[in-house]
Amino acid sequence: MTPLDLTPVWTLILGLGVLFYVLLDGFDLGVGILFGFEPDTPSRNVVMNSIAPVWDGNETWLILGSVGLFAAFPLAFAIIVPAVYLPIAAMLIALVFRGVAFEFRYRDSEHKTFWDHGFFAGSLVATLMQGIVLGAFIQGFEVDGRVFVGSSWACFTPFSALTGIALVFGYGLLGAGWLVMKTEGELQARMRRRGTICLVGVVCAVGIVSIWTPLMDPRIAARWFSWPNIALLAPVPLLALVAALMAWRGFVGRSEISPFIASICLFLTSYLGIVISLWPMIVPHRYTLWEAASSPSTQGFLLVGTLTLLPIILVYTAWSYWVFRGKVRGDIGYH
Amino acid sequence: MELDPVLLSRLQFAWLVAWHILLPAFTVGLASYIAFVEGLNFFTGREIYFRISLFWTKIFSIAFGMGVVSGIMMPFQFGTNWSRFSDATANVISPLLAYEGLTAFFLEATFLGVLLFGRHLVPRWAHFFAAVMVAFGTLLSSFWILSTNSWMQTPAGFEVIDGRFFPVDWMAIVFNPSFPYRLGHTVVGFYVTTGFVVLGVAAYLIRSARSADEGRVMMSTTLWMLLFLVPLQVLLGDMHGLNTLQHQPIKLAAIEARWDTARGVPLTLFAWPDEAAETNLLAVDVPRLGSLILTHEWDGEVKGLKEVGPADRPPVAIVFFAFRIMVGIGVVLLCVVLAGTYLRWRGSLYDSALFLRSCELVWPLGFVAVLAGWTVTEVGRQPWTVYGLMRTADSVAPSLTGSDVLISLAGYVVAYLIMFPAGILLMARIVRQGVKSGETAEQIESGRPQSPIMAAAGVSEGDAQ
Repeated sequence: MTPLDLTPVWTLILGLGVLFYVLLDGFDLGVGILFGFEPDTPSRNVVMNSIAPVWDGNETWLILGSVGLFAAFPLAFAIIVPAVYLPIAAMLIALVFRGVAFEFRYRDSEHKTFWDHGFFAGSLVATLMQGIVLGAFIQGFEVDGRVFVGSSWACFTPFSALTGIALVFGYGLLGAGWLVMKTEGELQARMRRRGTICLVGVVCAVGIVSIWTPLMDPRIAARWFSWPNIALLAPVPLLALVAALMAWRGFVGRSEISPFIASICLFLTSYLGIVISLWPMIVPHRYTLWEAASSPSTQGFLLVGTLTLLPIILVYTAWSYWVFRGKVRGDIGYH
Repeated sequence: MELDPVLLSRLQFAWLVAWHILLPAFTVGLASYIAFVEGLNFFTGREIYFRISLFWTKIFSIAFGMGVVSGIMMPFQFGTNWSRFSDATANVISPLLAYEGLTAFFLEATFLGVLLFGRHLVPRWAHFFAAVMVAFGTLLSSFWILSTNSWMQTPAGFEVIDGRFFPVDWMAIVFNPSFPYRLGHTVVGFYVTTGFVVLGVAAYLIRSARSADEGRVMMSTTLWMLLFLVPLQVLLGDMHGLNTLQHQPIKLAAIEARWDTARGVPLTLFAWPDEAAETNLLAVDVPRLGSLILTHEWDGEVKGLKEVGPADRPPVAIVFFAFRIMVGIGVVLLCVVLAGTYLRWRGSLYDSALFLRSCELVWPLGFVAVLAGWTVTEVGRQPWTVYGLMRTADSVAPSLTGSDVLISLAGYVVAYLIMFPAGILLMARIVRQGVKSGETAEQIESGRPQSPIMAAAGVSEGDAQ
């Protein structure tokens, strides 16, 4: 009897885990970037308070994501992570400053300005580096056997710089959508304007990436443009356009919810686009999900606990967002 | 000079994990202490325990936050720097690390919020329960991390196929031979470390007359615990040593700087191990005591470093001195506990200025001992990452150059030199403010996110009004 193939299950779990991380930490990193553009302390307090109850839960997905990749697709972990050595190190250092700023700027008021700068710069750098990692991942890595053999600097390319900038605008878009939902008055109006700027940036950057990616790799071009794929897959970019339009209408109109929802939809379609381009590779152009998967025994041993604990974590996460629904104010806030 | 990526990667891992381990060394113990005083409050109803719990919970929240931030670094290090180790061992150790991640997330997502912010919103028993669960969660995290670490020291339950490790028996993997001893010795070490922090803070509060009543209660409870824990730690250390003798004899030889296999070996109190000449200089030996301590027999055989070639030996001097620092600190701490117990018996525990001053001075020593003990076990494992099976030099990512690692190491050094002093100063500031009798002030100053449980209660209170 052959053991049950758990690789699709782990693909789904890890895929959802990465998506949750990108959406959840995405909007609060975006809030951190927008924080830097706020003119005064009261509005900065509101901006920070809007994510204070949820950010650390959001960031924990990063640990689960990295350990999850290690556990489910160790070969991919062993090749990809060293290949993006420098952006990962920069991201981790940036997250240190961003993470401690939440606690320190309240308790250490003499150095509040320093921690404020740390919060903004940390959010910006962490986002940029994640975008660079994404670009390098799509481009693929120089692999020999089971190891990455390229240079640690090879991940810095014009393409990865573009995806880095795209993600800064993208997280900014999510953050602006979140803040439109969570704030009122002048602050909300500012976020509507910033949301439209981010949206223009995202649409331009994603547009260029979408043209550049198939040009870079004939296999990806064939995936999208061969018949009947072109008909079956056409809804994905079309849905992305619809989401972008919805977001635009949301930001310039009066809706408080639709900018955030539409931004999430834009992320979903972009994510789906990347999955379609690369499927079934986990180390692009080199190893499939099945080739990189851990042993059936490893997959099974971990699946038992994951299927027990993950639903509880998800329910609690959903509940905490529900509890903190509604507008946040600077004077009382959550503190 | 050629920069060695292996050495720099080791330095980087050491730098990151050395700072990180200080936080669990404190939070694992403190979570249990908070649960303990919460329990005292719940069963006796005395408010003073409640105030003590409140005081330490504030400090706990900062330490826990720093522990999370520095903990995010660690799983990435396995990929960025130790990718070949990860590729070889992932099938065996990755679920252990993943279970730690899931457990920590579960803990963070549920009971921590109630402990930190739910004090006035849930019944006392529920708060006590949350404190117990947080303490349990920190112990569970230690369980998985130390299981992983122990597997690297004493690998079991696996088979090797094409140079990679595959699981055969999960029970044997998780409960590998050195794990129970390492878990016991480490967790009790964390408890003792935290105990001396509480003792030091209590002495300060008594001497500065800031919150003397609370200080006395802290000192009394902690001293009773330490009277039990410090001797227990000596016993566990001895058992751990026997285990090391059995499974990692070369590490033990480095600890004792024994070059030749012999019976009835002396105990070397001090020496300068000369690795080139394979001998000890300036040795101060006590005859036969080495065999007695290590094997519990006058004539027991102890293997020497010369059993293996120089390429298979750990750096002797580092392991030898780190071990002596750890044991030396253990002796000092034991003396403090015995002195305190004697003073308590005489009825002058809180009046001896000398004893209180000593407590204020020795509190960091537990952390030093944790770092020294960790150095003994990790440097003593060299030159292997998986003991006897995979070399450290073969574990590092082949793409890394020395300058790559130097850049990241410099970044990590700068970041931690800012974060850790800032966090320590903030905790010291809370200590200087003393135990507050007011109950609500701290919620406003707190920068930690409020837990959903509190907001949920707040919402329902609002609805009721």
